[in-house]
Amino acid sequence: MALAMHVHPLDKHLRVKRLPTIFCSGCGIGIALSAMLRALDKRISEGSVNPNKVLWVSGIGCSGRAVLYLNYDVAHVLHGRAIPFAIGAVLANPELKAVVLGGDGDIAAIGGNHLIHAAKRNFDMVVVMITNFIYAMTGGQVAPTTPYGVYTTTTPAGNPEYPLNVIKLVGALNANYVARASVTTPHLIEQYFYKALAMRGFRFIEVVATCPEMFGRHIGLRDSVEMFSELKKRVVYRHRPSLEEAMIDWEKGIVIGEFVERNNPSFIELLRGVKK
Amino acid sequence: MRRAFATGNFAVAEGAMTAGLRFYAGYPITPSSEIFEYLAEELPKRGGVVVQMEDEIASINAVIGASWAGAKAMTATSGPGFSLMAEAIGLAVITETPVVIVNVMRAGPSTGAPTKTSQSDVFQARWASHGDYIVPVYAPWSVQEAYDLTIKAFNTAELLRTPVILLSDATIAHLWESLTIYDRGEVEVIERKIPKKVSDEPYPPHKPDEDLVPPMPIFGAGFKALVESLLHDEWGHYSPTNSVYHSLVKRLVDKVVKRLSYVYEQETRFCEDAEVLLVSYGSTARTVYLVIKELRKRGVRAGFLRLKTLWPLDEERIRSCCPNAKKVIVVENNIGKIYMDMSRIFRNQDVFPASVLSLELPTPSEVLEAVEPWL
Ligand SMILES: Cc1ncc(C[n+]2csc(CCOP(=O)(O)OP(=O)(O)O)c2C)c(N)n1
Repeated sequence: MALAMHVHPLDKHLRVKRLPTIFCSGCGIGIALSAMLRALDKRISEGSVNPNKVLWVSGIGCSGRAVLYLNYDVAHVLHGRAIPFAIGAVLANPELKAVVLGGDGDIAAIGGNHLIHAAKRNFDMVVVMITNFIYAMTGGQVAPTTPYGVYTTTTPAGNPEYPLNVIKLVGALNANYVARASVTTPHLIEQYFYKALAMRGFRFIEVVATCPEMFGRHIGLRDSVEMFSELKKRVVYRHRPSLEEAMIDWEKGIVIGEFVERNNPSFIELLRGVKK
Repeated sequence: MRRAFATGNFAVAEGAMTAGLRFYAGYPITPSSEIFEYLAEELPKRGGVVVQMEDEIASINAVIGASWAGAKAMTATSGPGFSLMAEAIGLAVITETPVVIVNVMRAGPSTGAPTKTSQSDVFQARWASHGDYIVPVYAPWSVQEAYDLTIKAFNTAELLRTPVILLSDATIAHLWESLTIYDRGEVEVIERKIPKKVSDEPYPPHKPDEDLVPPMPIFGAGFKALVESLLHDEWGHYSPTNSVYHSLVKRLVDKVVKRLSYVYEQETRFCEDAEVLLVSYGSTARTVYLVIKELRKRGVRAGFLRLKTLWPLDEERIRSCCPNAKKVIVVENNIGKIYMDMSRIFRNQDVFPASVLSLELPTPSEVLEAVEPWL
């Protein structure tokens, strides 16, 4: 008997011709992406987002590849440079709703200076950073979010550095929204992204994700289900957590929630003279 | 049309606005900053946006993003900043993004001499980024030409969907001369092709027309653009195969070469009877022209070839510009770079380098001194 063809409810958001994705089994990027698409779907069907004005921009890395499957205006640009590319696009056409998607290496290491300045400007964009604790695309080197002591291919004696607290960094600047969710809580990714889409200014969502293939192999969690269950155990939801709680600590747990919510004028509003 | 007394930097800014500039992003650096400062005053009045980014990497990437959103976009910098832009020049090449990058040359290497002139970046302008490609490079020799070639740079960028480099220098940047500024409609202004309509069906957005240039599906218009920095086929899909590699890289190069007669410009004087040809470009050519007139007074039959386009070169036009010259002398303010091209192009003549390494515009006596040994 031939298998019946089913159309996935999110197919209309995808370049279906391009599927399947390159992602490994157990990779969290797909979970994050489908949660974001459900949120976007809701926004589009309620009429608050025009799909023709949505622009997805990503740099280089596994996380960056996700935008290539999206049936929107998409750009897969240089490693670390998605934010300035999106800034140029939005300044040239302020009707665009830019979403930048990238790994923590892309957004917070090589692209870190752009992240700081985009947040400082409260620039009109949503940035979603997928934190998988490792440089996945390049084969398992240390990332800005790699926990202390972990073996990676470039820290064979264990990571001598403590991870970068990107939530605290962005929260200390002028970002209007700073939240963290996990691929083990897809409903929160959806909820935060849905909310962020309707806000103004700089909106930052960190999504903690599984990477059994690269990070998992370094910490003895190569099995997808085991990696997922381990992460799920370590993720702690807090209502309105403080920035002090945002430090990534694999042992003590990773706090998720909405860290910062403000409603300050965005860069483009300020440029136009709007002060409130 | 109006007349002004202006500097080269001012002329570049005015030329960009005549060409339809709508977005400028930059990071301050001597000797280019007046372009930025003047545009910051003027462009918003004319409906454009000017923004200071955190560095030159951000500036060039923002300019590329703005171009994809449909705006004519430019940045200006000098050596250190241009070095930082190298990677993104390749991004503009592979994504076929029309952008203009102004490099106002100063003396290097490294931080070098910020306020001092040079022509040392003529090869960097061509090959700053990795990979195989050709980007057009223009070099003005006067304030008026800084204006004219800025318009040409935009036109070339839009026509061929390519980054274009305007290579000015500290001398031209701060030189005051009279300038004619044209109104819209008085000069040719080219706009990029965009797809005629939004397709309901998926379509290959990177499929070129006969001129080898695909229409540009700009953002926000429903085209579902797929801007891809990876090696890609006509659908924009990453495909690391030799057939895709050959067809993309060859097309990116061929679309420029095919329009060489448009892209390449030169000026010749006194070539009819010339036995010695002096080749120069940019600010140094100003002195060389004076020296040629002096040499001709002394009875030396010297001809003048001035390159306005430094890349790609129309080798045939260069080779045939001065049929009776037996010697070719290349005068430039660097260690002898365009000399290398000329020795390749003038295969049957003796070609000599006459480098003047100077932090100021080479003087007539310095040029004469460099040229005389070869006469
Ligand atoms: C300028 C530059 N340097 C290095 C690379 C190689 N590179 C590709 S992806 C990557 C990092 C990947 O890690 P991350 O950004 O965290 O994304 P992930 O693959 O983990 O999703 C690096 C270093 C590159 N493409 N460009």
